[in-house]
Amino acid sequence: MLKNVPMRKNPFSKEGARRFLLGSYEEKGFLVKFALYLVLIVISYIYLYPLLYMLVTSFMSVDDLVNDSVHWIPTSLNFDNFKQAFEVMDFKNTILDTLQLSVIPAACQVVVCCLTGYAFSRYRFKGKAIGWGLLILTFVLPSQATMVPTYLIFKDMNIIGTVWAFVLPAVLGQGFKTTIITLVFFLFFSQISTSQIEAASLDGCGHFKVFFYIALPCVGAAFIIGFLFSLVWYWNETYLTSMYISNSSIGNTNSMTTLLVKLSQFEASYKLLNEGNGDNTLNEAIRMAGTVICITPLLVVYFCLQKYFVQSVDMVGLKD
Amino acid sequence: MKENKTLLKKVKSRMFGREANWYAYIFLLPWIIGIAFFVIRPLALAIYYSFCEVNITARGIVCEWIGFDNFQEIWVKDINFIEQELSFLIQVILQVPIIVIFALLAALLLNTNLKGKGIFRTIFFLPVIVVSGPIINELQGQGATSVASSDQMIVTQVISSFLPEWLVEPISGLFSQLILILWYSGIQIIMFLAILQKIDLNMIEAAKIDGATGWEIFWKITLPAIRSIILLNAVYTLVYLANSGTNGVINLISAAMLKATRGYGYASSMAWMHSLIVLVLLGLIFLMLKGKADAFLKKQKKIAKENKRRERQRRRWEADAKKRADA
Repeated sequence: MLKNVPMRKNPFSKEGARRFLLGSYEEKGFLVKFALYLVLIVISYIYLYPLLYMLVTSFMSVDDLVNDSVHWIPTSLNFDNFKQAFEVMDFKNTILDTLQLSVIPAACQVVVCCLTGYAFSRYRFKGKAIGWGLLILTFVLPSQATMVPTYLIFKDMNIIGTVWAFVLPAVLGQGFKTTIITLVFFLFFSQISTSQIEAASLDGCGHFKVFFYIALPCVGAAFIIGFLFSLVWYWNETYLTSMYISNSSIGNTNSMTTLLVKLSQFEASYKLLNEGNGDNTLNEAIRMAGTVICITPLLVVYFCLQKYFVQSVDMVGLKD
Repeated sequence: MKENKTLLKKVKSRMFGREANWYAYIFLLPWIIGIAFFVIRPLALAIYYSFCEVNITARGIVCEWIGFDNFQEIWVKDINFIEQELSFLIQVILQVPIIVIFALLAALLLNTNLKGKGIFRTIFFLPVIVVSGPIINELQGQGATSVASSDQMIVTQVISSFLPEWLVEPISGLFSQLILILWYSGIQIIMFLAILQKIDLNMIEAAKIDGATGWEIFWKITLPAIRSIILLNAVYTLVYLANSGTNGVINLISAAMLKATRGYGYASSMAWMHSLIVLVLLGLIFLMLKGKADAFLKKQKKIAKENKRRERQRRRWEADAKKRADA
């Protein structure tokens, strides 16, 4: 089949043109590449459009917002919105709380999910069926059903309003959406072949050595996925955070809050801050600035971790 | 040779035997403690509350046992619950396959060797961040997540010309939510991408050399390798749709929790009914996607059996031939 294809690339011959447009064994053709890029760019546009809109709006002054002719490019870069949004959300104090309430539980959760997933994929222990049942049930049952009982337990333990209300369940494998991360680890671990474990065991590895030297290097991607997802989930949670952590009804005034909780109370706190300033009502631009502030840290984390995500994946591919 | 075999047997029993399985509990230790502390009691209480009329007062929680009254009210008297549950069912049937298939296609696209795939991968992570937070509501408020309304009218008209009445609304709704569906598939895309990168490239190379087309490679190599992640993504999508704040049933539960007439007991019995339905759907998804995997394994086993039989036959023939030669 390959014999008939001329070796020299001449895009003006019939065969050459076909190869250029439709591709060959080694390379995708121009038309194929064009179609792929087109699809990717269209979807990217859908994802980027609202965020770009948000970013642009957050730089607009009040005049630009009202002016119909200003659509995409603000007449001047207005950093005042960001200044006000930082003030309204009390950024300096809130960001520390937010980091504590998202990074620590996410890291703990990933480690515990890894252990649980390994046990489920590698061993056949007694009560495994019950374990699966509980794992699925805690995932499926809406959090509303167990919210009040869980609140009572936290209250008994005296951890309402502290980091522990998030960290303790995460350390014990009961954080947000633990089941899905456990399942990711389960699937990644179950791709390890038993003969690999046998070989390691013949060389004198025990159960823990097999776990650390054989199993763990194969699930680097799962670690990064799990950490990213649970970081995002903890970061974005407002309902449970305002219930367990920043609950004002318990009486302690300096309880912890997160950026997202502040964002949900944006309007109220803005009014409180600007009381007596006359007609200084909240405009869309300041709100958008607040939203941009909330998602930027997550994007930065992803930009940094994404490199390792791809790298670790490639490394695993070589090891197999 | 025999020594090696006994050694291997020893190793096998050490690593996979009955004794070995005690190690599972060591790995599971934190999770089991968590279950004991944070799951058993809330679950038990949630079951208990669902049979009670619960009043949350300043002094504490007052429960009054009323048996199955809550459940009876949900199914017989409350019109909203059944209506919302039905619309949830239709949403699941339409959206779960679309989300999973779209995510798979997007991940396949991102997995090709295109220039600038790093940038695209970063862009495709945006929905993960946006959807799980309150930001999606803000975007929805702006109308950034739906198609322009004039298009939707045309779509509705076209659909209603050849489909029964009760299907028109969900499908035209689907078109208006098409962009929202794209937003919902962020996590699924990332998971598919991770597993696609783990597929052995040598195998694909070998298949290519044997003359397999890209189409055949996808069906024969890629798809079997990612089958388990397809199941996982379908399950995740189902549970996400079931428990997200945009679901009507969840809104009903949240509303009932705060109402004085219904109370927390009614809300928790509703939550149990909802999760029962979700569990049934989960089982269906599991059977649908798992069944195929079993068929594949069965085929493999059958081929292995056949090969063994042939091997035995060949040996017998050889032995016969040897005997004859000796004779």
